Amino acid sequence: MAWRDSRTSRKRLLLFSLSIVLGIAALAAIGSLGSNLERAIEEQARTLLGADLVLSSRDGFSPAEEQLVHSLGGEQSRETSFSTMIYFVRGEGTRLVQVRALSGGFPFYGQLETKPAGAAQDFRRTGGTLVEESLLTQFGAKAGDEIRLGSLTTQIVGELDKVPGESVALATIAPRVYLPMEDLPRTGLLRQGSLVRYKVYFKFAPGTDASKLVEKIKPQLDQFRLSHETVADRKRDLGRSMDNLYHFLNLVGFIALLLGGVGVASAIHAHVKQKLGTVALLRCLGGSVAQTFAIYLAQGMALGLFGALVGAALGVAIQSALPKVLADFIPFTFQFSTSWLAIGRAVAIGFAICLLFALLPLLAVRRVSPLAAIRVAFEPQAARRDPFRWLVGACLGIGVAGFALSQTRDWRVGLGFAVGLALVFAILAATAKGLMLLARKLGGARLPFVWRQGLANLHRPNNRTLLLLLALGLGTFLMVSLFLVQQTLLTQLVSSGGTNQANTVLFDIQPDQRETVVQLVRSLGFPVLDQAPIITMRLTSLKGRTVESILADKQNHIPRWSLRHEYRSTYNDHLRDGEKLIAGQWHAQVTNDTKIVPISVEEGVAKELQIGLGDEIVFDVQGVPITTRVASLRLVDWRRVQPNFFIVFPRGVLDDAPAMDVLVTRVPSAAESAHLQREVVKQFSNVSAIDLRLILQTLDSILGKISFVIRFMAMFTVATGLLVLVGALLTGRYQRIQESILLRTLGASRGQILKILFAEYLALGLLAALTGILLAVVAAWALSRFVFEVHFVPEAVPLLIALVVVPGLTVATGLLMSRGVLNQPPLAILRAES
Amino acid sequence: MVWSWNKGLVSLNAILDVRGLSKSYPNGAGTLTVVKDISFSLAPGSTCAILGPSGSGKTTLLGLCAGLDQPTLGEVHLNGTHLGALDEDGRARVRSEVVGFVFQNFQLIPTLTALENVTVPLELRGENHAGDEAVSLLRRVGLGERLSHYPTQLSGGEQQRVALARAFINRPKILFADEPTGNLDAETGQMVIHNLFALNAEAGTTLVLVTHDTELAKRTQRIIRLKGGVVVEGA
Repeated sequence: MAWRDSRTSRKRLLLFSLSIVLGIAALAAIGSLGSNLERAIEEQARTLLGADLVLSSRDGFSPAEEQLVHSLGGEQSRETSFSTMIYFVRGEGTRLVQVRALSGGFPFYGQLETKPAGAAQDFRRTGGTLVEESLLTQFGAKAGDEIRLGSLTTQIVGELDKVPGESVALATIAPRVYLPMEDLPRTGLLRQGSLVRYKVYFKFAPGTDASKLVEKIKPQLDQFRLSHETVADRKRDLGRSMDNLYHFLNLVGFIALLLGGVGVASAIHAHVKQKLGTVALLRCLGGSVAQTFAIYLAQGMALGLFGALVGAALGVAIQSALPKVLADFIPFTFQFSTSWLAIGRAVAIGFAICLLFALLPLLAVRRVSPLAAIRVAFEPQAARRDPFRWLVGACLGIGVAGFALSQTRDWRVGLGFAVGLALVFAILAATAKGLMLLARKLGGARLPFVWRQGLANLHRPNNRTLLLLLALGLGTFLMVSLFLVQQTLLTQLVSSGGTNQANTVLFDIQPDQRETVVQLVRSLGFPVLDQAPIITMRLTSLKGRTVESILADKQNHIPRWSLRHEYRSTYNDHLRDGEKLIAGQWHAQVTNDTKIVPISVEEGVAKELQIGLGDEIVFDVQGVPITTRVASLRLVDWRRVQPNFFIVFPRGVLDDAPAMDVLVTRVPSAAESAHLQREVVKQFSNVSAIDLRLILQTLDSILGKISFVIRFMAMFTVATGLLVLVGALLTGRYQRIQESILLRTLGASRGQILKILFAEYLALGLLAALTGILLAVVAAWALSRFVFEVHFVPEAVPLLIALVVVPGLTVATGLLMSRGVLNQPPLAILRAES
Repeated sequence: MVWSWNKGLVSLNAILDVRGLSKSYPNGAGTLTVVKDISFSLAPGSTCAILGPSGSGKTTLLGLCAGLDQPTLGEVHLNGTHLGALDEDGRARVRSEVVGFVFQNFQLIPTLTALENVTVPLELRGENHAGDEAVSLLRRVGLGERLSHYPTQLSGGEQQRVALARAFINRPKILFADEPTGNLDAETGQMVIHNLFALNAEAGTTLVLVTHDTELAKRTQRIIRLKGGVVVEGA
């Protein structure tokens, strides 16, 4: 019966089921991707680290540490890495890079992917360097060209494409350059105070459990403050970040499914309304409530199943595109294969959501009285008190919240997502109701007839105002909020490099170069805006307790990073611009023999370390213990481009400690910045320079890539919104044709009919855009304020663009879907059934 | 009289002049002729019924006369205007200026109140001050207390009376009524017909009434009887 009853509406129902297709396709494709990532991490775990174990240190390995390393045995490979400037001899380009001097056979698993392929081995044998592909492209350099690193002039032997376990996005900030360890001393770049990381890679005999080994030597590793990473650690970390990516994409895809669900609910609502007469007739003929309900439930289920299956098929088709979209964020390559389990899961979720949404209007079938068969104007009883309606609503709420919670680690985030989404839906729905009310009120206003009629369409019986506002508003909200957050983050960066602020930083300046570097900068006509010595140090003890004992204490709530951190501190006799004393007393100078040095601590790190005024801290300043006391707390504006420090010493204590200087200046143009960098590198090969414009560009490109991924996913929702829009317009088409014919019979011109339609769609589009934009501004503000902790700067241009594009798209789609309305001959009015 | 190229002389003083009107539709391999070679003319202020059984072509003829459709052959001159020479917007303008309609199924706009429905034809002409006239027309048909009611809040008879008021608001020269009592019970139908003829007589409007009700048809001055698309009596 369900099949036979659907005869006249089958095509239309199938069309409406398409609104859930994109949501399910997104879930299926992402689910499949997730399974593939999981499998790839499992299969390629070793190649993701390139070794069984990595130990790393910031200070180089002391004899005792070397002894420990030696005792671990296995095959070993060493890497020393630091940041410095590369200088391309041909073309004279310079840029900050991360140099990695390598000895031994790293990577033991997987390989450095290079062009030519043999270069990964050649550079170790014959000397020369592997240079990041993006860097070669930027400077138009190629294999065979000469480069200079410090005082070493060497050749490029190949371009570096991929390093096991590292993503391309990461490498865009500091491109990587590999050179053989033997050549490292010739660079002359390793001086005391330089920021260097030393690593030892281990390959153990098959069967060795690296994790157990680490467990055994943990006390020594802690004592020496050596960091360690095993394959299991990498697998866990990588799995976690890939999980985050997968869950995030899933949530974005889920929004499309929910919107599609609303589309289905609306289509079923229209379908049920059309079928009320049939239902009443069936009841008159002796059909029970359960029988009639079952007929339409079966139709709803068929609709859901059809949509779910088409969605799954589309998901399978588009899943192969996802790895390409995410290529820069996945630090490994993998063979993509369809995960039928994930596809099945997406179909099940999609079907369940679709069914729940369909049930809401379907429940009305139960309340159709046989009386409706003989009373034309019969309206079903009010649905609000139907307990089943509440039950279905509760199931939907629990389902959505449950899905959100299953996709987030922190339950507050999951709940926040579900509540936030419910709020967005509720606000859009309330706006739609408000619009209908306003349109009704405006009915008597002194507007021209076509405008009044267009607005009246918004509240007429069987209107689609609520659905259209949801579909259009949600799409606008998603796209605009993404754009606003991206813009705010970028504006933040741009403003920190604002007109009077520094935009170029020179660092790794040795104390003996201090004066000459300053002279060089000034001689080139640039100001020295700030300058500070940096002395690296570690915490030895805090309030009388050694760091080791605090770390070993299970009750300790101080974050590990803040205890193990290598603090880059300075000394100064005055507060910098952007620093504010909020407690205690500032000490400008002490004598050399001061036993307990009064220091100033940044407020945030003081909180992390759980210290306050008067507390004692002992630092290990490159082998020399210095006892200090917290004399003041400072507020630091970290957004300012200037040397900012957690710990500031007074003058007189660290003046002779091994230090490196940092200097900030402002260079008006990129060309002049390149000139400055060239001159600095030519004269002081160890000094590095960062042009913040370049960093800005890089971050812009990374943010662009991230937002492309998010936008790609959001497009599923936007496209679903368009499908729902088309579906809703098709549902109302019959009524529109009737009204248009009537008006034309009464003398309306085609132009007047078009204006009426235009007014309706314009009002809908404008309000959807305005609501979506307003919600987006609130969401972007909340994200900026609470998640990114930056000042929210709404940009007017994208908002105006949305305000034009959304109504424009609505009007265009509306008129396109109504084009047949104008072509119907008015004669049809005489044939119309009442 | 004026000369029409195809059909010879056309009555100059007729409000509606129909000459050699045929309408065919493609039907599978051949064509189905619904109305065949009909000619007649109506003087201003006269009343006429088009009578015939279901499927005889009454409604098609009415549609052609009112410019709602284009004939396959023949001409329709409405108030001296050759409808075939106009495009759809041109015909809409003629309808707006000369024609009034009453439909079997009332055809009110559901989002407009009774009063607003009545003023639509004038508003489409850009006349926005028809409120008083609409109110008096609605009072005239006994709906003075139902001005702000929506169609769903009115009974069938009331809806048809609103439709009557709408039909007369633009002071049409000719009124086409298609089975105006077809959806009403006998008593209500009588009331509507009474209103229809009374308003028609007051305004001096030409009335073309399509019906299969012989008694109703007898109330008009002239009956054109159709059968199988052909006039069998009264042309």
